[in-house]
Amino acid sequence: MDRRTSIKWVLAASASWPVLHARSGWATEAPPAEPLLALKGYGTDPDLLKTYHPGEVWPLTLSTVQRQLAAVLSDLIMPADEHSPSATSVGVVDFIDEWVSAPYPDCQRDRPIVLAGFSWLDAEAARRHGKSFAELAVAQQSGICDEICDAEHAAPERREAARFFARYRDLTAAGFYSSPVGRKDLGYVGNVPLARFDGPPPELLKKLGLI
Amino acid sequence: MPFVTANDQKSTYDVIVVGSGAAGGQSAYTLCMDGAKVLMLEAGRKYTAENETPMFQTPDMAPLGGVATTDKVFGFYDATVDGGWQVPGEPYVRATEDPAGAFWWWRARMLGGRTGHWGRISLRDGPYDFKPRTRDGLGFDWPINYTDLAPYYDKVELLIGVYGSNEGLENTPNSPPGCLLPPPKPLVSDLLVKQRAGRLGIPLIPGHRAVLTRALDHKGNPARLHPGNVSAQKLVAEAMRSRSPCLWATPCNRGCSVRANYQSITVHLPPALASGNLDITTDAMVYEVTLGRDGRANGVNFIDRTSGKQRHASARVVVLAASACESVRILLNSTSGQFPQGLANSSGKLGRYLMDTVGSGVAGQVPLLESLPPTNDDAADGHQLYVPWWLYKEQLAGKLGFARGYHIEFGGGRRMPGYGTAAGIEWLTGGSYGVKFKQDVRRYYGSFLSFDGRGEMIPNENSYCEIDPGGTRDKWGIPVLRFRWQWSEHELRQAAHMQSTFADIIHAMGGRVRGTVKTDGAKAIAPGGFIIHEVGGAIMGADRGSSVTNQWCQTWDVPNLFITDGAVFASNADKNPTLTIMAIAWRAADHILERMRRKEL
Repeated sequence: MDRRTSIKWVLAASASWPVLHARSGWATEAPPAEPLLALKGYGTDPDLLKTYHPGEVWPLTLSTVQRQLAAVLSDLIMPADEHSPSATSVGVVDFIDEWVSAPYPDCQRDRPIVLAGFSWLDAEAARRHGKSFAELAVAQQSGICDEICDAEHAAPERREAARFFARYRDLTAAGFYSSPVGRKDLGYVGNVPLARFDGPPPELLKKLGLI
Repeated sequence: MPFVTANDQKSTYDVIVVGSGAAGGQSAYTLCMDGAKVLMLEAGRKYTAENETPMFQTPDMAPLGGVATTDKVFGFYDATVDGGWQVPGEPYVRATEDPAGAFWWWRARMLGGRTGHWGRISLRDGPYDFKPRTRDGLGFDWPINYTDLAPYYDKVELLIGVYGSNEGLENTPNSPPGCLLPPPKPLVSDLLVKQRAGRLGIPLIPGHRAVLTRALDHKGNPARLHPGNVSAQKLVAEAMRSRSPCLWATPCNRGCSVRANYQSITVHLPPALASGNLDITTDAMVYEVTLGRDGRANGVNFIDRTSGKQRHASARVVVLAASACESVRILLNSTSGQFPQGLANSSGKLGRYLMDTVGSGVAGQVPLLESLPPTNDDAADGHQLYVPWWLYKEQLAGKLGFARGYHIEFGGGRRMPGYGTAAGIEWLTGGSYGVKFKQDVRRYYGSFLSFDGRGEMIPNENSYCEIDPGGTRDKWGIPVLRFRWQWSEHELRQAAHMQSTFADIIHAMGGRVRGTVKTDGAKAIAPGGFIIHEVGGAIMGADRGSSVTNQWCQTWDVPNLFITDGAVFASNADKNPTLTIMAIAWRAADHILERMRRKEL
């Protein structure tokens, strides 16, 4: 698990390196403020053994229309390909709904960004094509996203939308790679008990000039 | 079994141990194995690793993919109960709003304390580390040498199980034969760092962590631990047999249901409980050591959290092992006519010289590690290799601009995918989405590395805690601590040196640094307390005017009052403190037993 602050930069690195990474992302965050503890999340002593589902600990809050747009956008970001199915098929919309509905500060910070982004997409779709974003053809949707997918190089008037897109892509990927399908897509073969740990195969080390 | 409520405690004990983590666990273990009747008081709830540890749970089974939140700041599955830098209802205060003067105080409220969550890195302090003032004129010498503590390092390693190797490097002690378990095999990324950092003259050697890479020698170790004590040997042999070696999966900070890594509740407490000499009361928040008319401690007062009532427990000896700042807080709150400034504080040094570890990190991406074939990189959950401090000579010659060293911890490999796997990688992808994005993530997965420095802080007059003069109390009505913090130039320059070194290593691998390298130490350094290696506050010393305890962790002022946690550290070497805490606690407990045998306690 990664500490929430890791979003900012350190999590370009691999995901579960709790101790090291967790303590690296400090610079961008203030310490958790006392009053936040009063918010109703899962608390400081949750049952760690049960399996949780979105909507179970706090209610989901996106409307049907918002969830439709979320689905369209998530699948535009992570469509099915020859290796794995699309984002929506692994429950990414539920993940995002759970995220923007959660009481935690990072989630609360993302909520207005995501909702404003949804509104912007629909407004932009209406302006260009007279339809909502979800109703557009894929090529039309891509035409809009191509202009906001690279936050660093987006036009000044689209900077906010680009920041939304970057955040939304991160959340889509978070939902996708948290799933069994995502793990398989990346060829993750760990988290299984082994009788011994042999390390990487010698052929690989030889190929890389490491032995 | 001897978990007792406040109502069921015996009328008196030989020793009360306050706290159940590394220090409390070790203290109670050593005392009980030699026949002392011990009452352990733990502020948090009872916690059981065997049936509470989420061993193979995956991110999709947790809320929000298991990502860290303000409720669980190290992630949903972290083995921390009611803990973090903020504990509900138990505030602390900072003397200044200035972030540079901030101290973050981590606590956990659970049996085993912070030993569920900790990183398990177990390094010995070296000979220089006990005599830093003699070496460079700064800080304080300990009243002991490395050789005084070495036999206890041996014992702790033999008892808890630590993997590692003997490399004979400067101020990086070897262990005697049979003490260390074999280190895990390094990953591809480890070996690449070793090769490229090696070219820069930076040495990489196997890490040391408290994880069983094979079963402990339950036939040989018990006799080395408890010579001549057959019943103790039997108990510890049984406890060793019940521990499984590492399964080479699942993060250690979740705890370990098969007891393959060290946590107090799976290693120290089972044999101590089996001895019949240990009673444990959980939900017992100690706030005061009580003093008899003879000037000796006669017990402690605590809040029974289940009823909210104030209770008292009695013993011949009191051992505080509540964590550095909590032990200090208890003493500062134990005021009397004889000790108006807090118990055992005739020196005025109680709360003084708090230290943490200097922390700073840099992450990077290495093209050589892209698109590699799948490998299982779980190993023993990291720290296969590390870099011990390597510039002793340059430093002593005054070439570095800071007086003390750091070691490097780093991580890479194809770890469990999840929330962070593809977050913020626009700097590499140019903002791809669609099929190209999925291809990019596959390409970059496993090619990231992060480096973290862990360095020595020199104690100073401006880093301390005291009872909040503003009168703040926690929900139990106990006065809280106020912290003041200040780094010196030594720490700030050290943090900047870490940054440039890590960038050099990443570049030597042909990699790219993520973000900017912070050349300003004040920006590079993590806040005080962030690394959760806080020690000091009741330092040990050679004379009663300048320290709180003697070399036996015995307070100068009250002969039957001992502090066996990190509070007694007179310096805080770059080596992570837990192994040293346990070694000191064992040595102090041996001394207590000896004094009790001589009827001096």
